[in-house]
Amino acid sequence: MIDSHLINEFYEALERVSGYIYPNEIELQWSVLIVLYPYITGLVAGAFILASLVRVFKVDEMAPAYRLALLTSLAFLLVAPMPLNAHLGHPERAYEILVTPNTNSAMAMFGFVYLWYLTIVLLLEVWFDYRKDIVILSKTKPAPLRWFYKILTLGVDDISPRALALDDKIGRAITVIGVPSAVLLHGYVGFIFGSIKAIPWWSTALMPIIFLFSAMVSGIAAVMVIYMFSCWLRGEQIVGARMKCVDTIARYLLVSLIVSFSLEALEMIQKAYEAEEHYDITVVMLEGMLYLSMLVVQVFLGSIVPMIFLGFVRIANVHERVRKAVYAVSSLLILLGVLAMRWNVVIGGQFVSKSFRGITTYKLGIAGREGLLSAAIILILPVLILAVLVKLFPPWESADKPTEATAGDPIS
Amino acid sequence: MNGKRGHSDTLTLSAGRDFSRRRFFGVLTRAAAVWGLLLNPLKAFAIRLHESPPWRKKKPYWGFAVDIDKCIGCGRCAEACKVENDVPREPFWFRTWVERYVIRKDGEVEVDSPNAGIDGFPPTQSPETVARTFFVPKLCNLCEKSPCVQVCPVGATFKTEDGVVLIDRDYCIGCRYCIQACPYGTRYFHPTLHVADKCNMCYHRITKGLKPACVEVCPTGARIFGDLSDPNSEVSKFSSENRVNVLKPHLGTQPKLVYKGMDKEVR
Repeated sequence: MIDSHLINEFYEALERVSGYIYPNEIELQWSVLIVLYPYITGLVAGAFILASLVRVFKVDEMAPAYRLALLTSLAFLLVAPMPLNAHLGHPERAYEILVTPNTNSAMAMFGFVYLWYLTIVLLLEVWFDYRKDIVILSKTKPAPLRWFYKILTLGVDDISPRALALDDKIGRAITVIGVPSAVLLHGYVGFIFGSIKAIPWWSTALMPIIFLFSAMVSGIAAVMVIYMFSCWLRGEQIVGARMKCVDTIARYLLVSLIVSFSLEALEMIQKAYEAEEHYDITVVMLEGMLYLSMLVVQVFLGSIVPMIFLGFVRIANVHERVRKAVYAVSSLLILLGVLAMRWNVVIGGQFVSKSFRGITTYKLGIAGREGLLSAAIILILPVLILAVLVKLFPPWESADKPTEATAGDPIS
Repeated sequence: MNGKRGHSDTLTLSAGRDFSRRRFFGVLTRAAAVWGLLLNPLKAFAIRLHESPPWRKKKPYWGFAVDIDKCIGCGRCAEACKVENDVPREPFWFRTWVERYVIRKDGEVEVDSPNAGIDGFPPTQSPETVARTFFVPKLCNLCEKSPCVQVCPVGATFKTEDGVVLIDRDYCIGCRYCIQACPYGTRYFHPTLHVADKCNMCYHRITKGLKPACVEVCPTGARIFGDLSDPNSEVSKFSSENRVNVLKPHLGTQPKLVYKGMDKEVR
């Protein structure tokens, strides 16, 4: 039996179609869950690249946020496959991607890229970074927790300076591998869309690069928000080293935002200038269903306004309190803007019929497997995971004692 | 290459004293290896570029042709397809459909396909302003280079030896990537099986020597199906004797579904 709810939904959708679409195009294939997937992996890659700036590129001003950025990356990565799995028609067959991948398929790479990134890059890096803390915690914490940390030490409790120096060396080596891996992870997500020639809205060689830079933008903004929020939660004033930290994050945020925005603008200008056969219908979409989410939210609120804000505080000599407010507001706007960008790519690409003669619509339901509620849960989940991770592996000590366990510390 | 290597091996065994000779053959062996590793694949690639299409060799190799001038838009093909292949009856899932094009004198184009044409088409409004009108049946384009096959992450959709693209329903994970990748909109997500679904040329029929259901019921012979490897088959003759075109040729999918008399407005 076909779900009667689905049938009703499609009959309603039929009313909202404008122009001619192929008969099978009433159903929008990739829903809000697939919007979240590139958004979440983007946050993973972006937060990791920020962390690597500290570790590999020795941007020591951001050291206070280094470990938090790593944990943020890990928390989001753990959630990344969830929207994909929830969207599958047969989630119980998902393992086939790993067992019998089609090597010609970009999507088949997902399992491998994901596992590589999770195990080789993030888990290893976090472990080497926290090894000393884990060993100390396994000796100081009360009973049940102690066992947990004891297991995590993997039987190694050598925290002599020599061992720690080695940890640091290995950690740095992993980050060096991690940067191209982060680029691969998100560039690959861009390729998933960019390589679909059937959908001109997606099909551009710029897509992986656009995704990569917007990932950096969103990841950096996320770390900014989470760092500022956690300082506030812990009752710590953002002054001195911490202020320097957020100032530096803001600097990188502005640079990557400018690059990201330029790339997106370049792509749109190219599309408008070439004006191929699908262009007319694309304009109809931009003036209609994407007007709010693309022109208002993504371009204006999510890019231009933060760019002006962040640019202004860099040029003008404004008070720390104003700067902090600007950073918080800009970062939140950017996070919203990048989410809108993912929406505009994923959903927008499916609005235009492949006949280029009509436009279909998408109504986001509240309940159901692919509704707003599931989406909200998937977005909140990484934040909860991060809260647990932060409790288990406090990332703070680097801020208090900058000589320990951070990049560029004297041990190395 | 093997011969050369064998030769040099025997020399290596016996020619401890004859060092320069041994070195000469060593170089030869390495050259052979380089030849094998680098040049052979290049040669293979060059050969592939000039390879004749599969329907020159594989028997049978299925093809499909549509004579647009013969289609009267009766929709019997779309109906037969639904019945034969147990396609959901609701007007959202089709393996084949018929489009009606109405091109007005002022150049305006109207396209429709209400319920795939199964229930017929409503009368054309203001017929005096119509410049030309025609029907175009649509179905799987039998791409030689199918984007849907290319993107399937698990290989659940595949091209058979006789050139038809099929889906393994017990294997498809339902990611819908193939539906996105099909430029012709011929795939859909099956609402009860939760897998991708598409026209399979009535594979259960054609492998028994029957025609696909849509071809079988077409009253005017607008749909032509047959073996491209046989130069005397109806589809081979039709395709070679008429000026035919394919849909979206710029995408390089190389469809084996060809149309005769296709208007520039058809997409």
